[in-house]
Amino acid sequence: MDLTIGPIAFFWTAEQVRDFYRQLAAGPARRVVIGEWVCSKRLPFWQQEIPAAVEALQAAGKEVALSTLALITLKRERRQTADLFATGIPVEIADLGALKHLPEGAPFQVGPMVNVYNEGTLEWLARKGATRICLPPELPLGSVAVLARAGRDAGVAVEVWGHGRTPLAISGRCYHARLHDRAKDSCLFVCGDDPDGRAVQTLDGQSFLTVNGVQTMGHAHTTVARQIEALRAAGVGAIRLSPQHGDFAAITAIYDRAVRQAAAPEDTVAALAAAMPGAAFADGFLAGAPGLRPVT
Amino acid sequence: MMELVCPAGTPAALRAAVDAGAHTVYCGFADETNARNFPGLNFSREEMAAGVDYARARGARVLVAINTFPRAGAQAVWHRAVADAHRAGAHAVILADPGLIAHAAETHPDLRLHLSVQAAAANPDAINLYAEAFGIRRVVLPRVLTVEEITAINREIDIETEVFVFGGLCVMAEGRCSLSSWATGLSPNMNGVCSPASHVAYAETAGASEARLGGYLIHRTPKGGPAPYPTLCKGCFTAPATDTAAAQTGHIFEDPVSLDATELIPKLQKSGVTALKIEGRQRSRAYVAQVVRAFRAAVEAAEAGAPMPSGLLAKLTEGQAATTGAYAKTWR
Repeated sequence: MDLTIGPIAFFWTAEQVRDFYRQLAAGPARRVVIGEWVCSKRLPFWQQEIPAAVEALQAAGKEVALSTLALITLKRERRQTADLFATGIPVEIADLGALKHLPEGAPFQVGPMVNVYNEGTLEWLARKGATRICLPPELPLGSVAVLARAGRDAGVAVEVWGHGRTPLAISGRCYHARLHDRAKDSCLFVCGDDPDGRAVQTLDGQSFLTVNGVQTMGHAHTTVARQIEALRAAGVGAIRLSPQHGDFAAITAIYDRAVRQAAAPEDTVAALAAAMPGAAFADGFLAGAPGLRPVT
Repeated sequence: MMELVCPAGTPAALRAAVDAGAHTVYCGFADETNARNFPGLNFSREEMAAGVDYARARGARVLVAINTFPRAGAQAVWHRAVADAHRAGAHAVILADPGLIAHAAETHPDLRLHLSVQAAAANPDAINLYAEAFGIRRVVLPRVLTVEEITAINREIDIETEVFVFGGLCVMAEGRCSLSSWATGLSPNMNGVCSPASHVAYAETAGASEARLGGYLIHRTPKGGPAPYPTLCKGCFTAPATDTAAAQTGHIFEDPVSLDATELIPKLQKSGVTALKIEGRQRSRAYVAQVVRAFRAAVEAAEAGAPMPSGLLAKLTEGQAATTGAYAKTWR
């Protein structure tokens, strides 16, 4: 079992992106997915960092893939998707429509925002050339196990959302802008003010959700810390860590020890709590429970 | 004339919709295969066949929604639903899952396939992919698009489009939302339910009515005020202050509004849309009959180039505010 680092969900500055990938190149993750998957308006601010990051990560021996957007609607966004395939670097699709631009016979990966809930869909994607699929975060372990088996038979590596604020929804509307009484077209890039998203609480002050532009995420950080051995037994080959602000190198190192079976689950949970003071952790989805069920 | 596609959660609602002038009625089997899997709702196999016969005898058609995502290891349940819909004489099945669509296209080559809104095909590339791969004949467009974008999509695709014009409103891309399972463990994609009633609790406190979903307080209204159903994305939340922003409390995602795009029907007709869809399989047959009658008048008016009848539906929104949703760009 190894680690995949997913694409950055938040709107970070070019400098933050540069530093993040520089550090990642020196870390233990096996593979990295890079690209803007939330809002195409952000891309011009940091896309110039992508080529150097890809080069540095590949030079460090990591597999690299480029992510598409999760909700492709505009003409410009469709052209950008086609451009990704033209780079020759493997592409991870986050919107099924991206497959229309797939060069004949080219392999591709599938991100967690694409609905792969069953063997039939996995097999269809495998026939199209999928080599790796990160499953939707809401799937329970029973489904994960069936899909991991189907993946093994179809030659598709199966990956599970392992750590980070979990993507729960995507919309045509920007809720981050709406919080500032603005529309998406006049957002003034307010999402850039919140490098881990903007917290949303229930009316009695319980932490609940996170707004990240057009994306809505959980507020508690999902972690599979207590479920890694069950995932391994189910045949899952990799867990995905989602980039966040703060000491991400420390978080990656914690999961690296966990997947190498060099740390017990309770030690992993304790190490995460120490690395992320004040953070809440949840692991309900794999258990078939509400996703925000706290790790206790 | 634009085709009017109307909801039926029960055989009685199906008959009411047909009698009120529906061109087409959509419904589902009473199980987890459809996205309105509510207690006491939906059709047995026998009821479906009888419903198809009733509609057909009056020149109307029945579509069967099998639009949840089959559970891994239990696909046979969904495969059986497609076969049974075919056998019942459904005009088409409405599907969302690529694996299920692949199965239907292969196993039932003469069965007409519609792409559910739950498939979230929001651009011509996605729609053409489904059309070319599976022979999909119609796509129900996600409620994230403006009328202009719908016009542009219709120029680039060869299959029919169907759009929602009235009823409940998803503000997230449909079929790509796990907000409900985050709070309750049950989701539209896996279980065919969103913010399910089984997880809703109302309480009266000093001076206020409160509504919780999965134990989370997402509505509080002064006593005596309207207490809307606590659908998660229409809930009331607080975004605490940050270094750069003031605190906000309110309907951060969407107000408890419903969709009413009556006024846009002529524009939608011009944009090349084939069919108009009304949400509400969970509604009573009286409601269905009223809405269908009103919309039948509206599509007839649109066909004649007459102005849209106004105020027809005001009383049906039950005092709730209505919106044209994503169809107007300012909504975003």
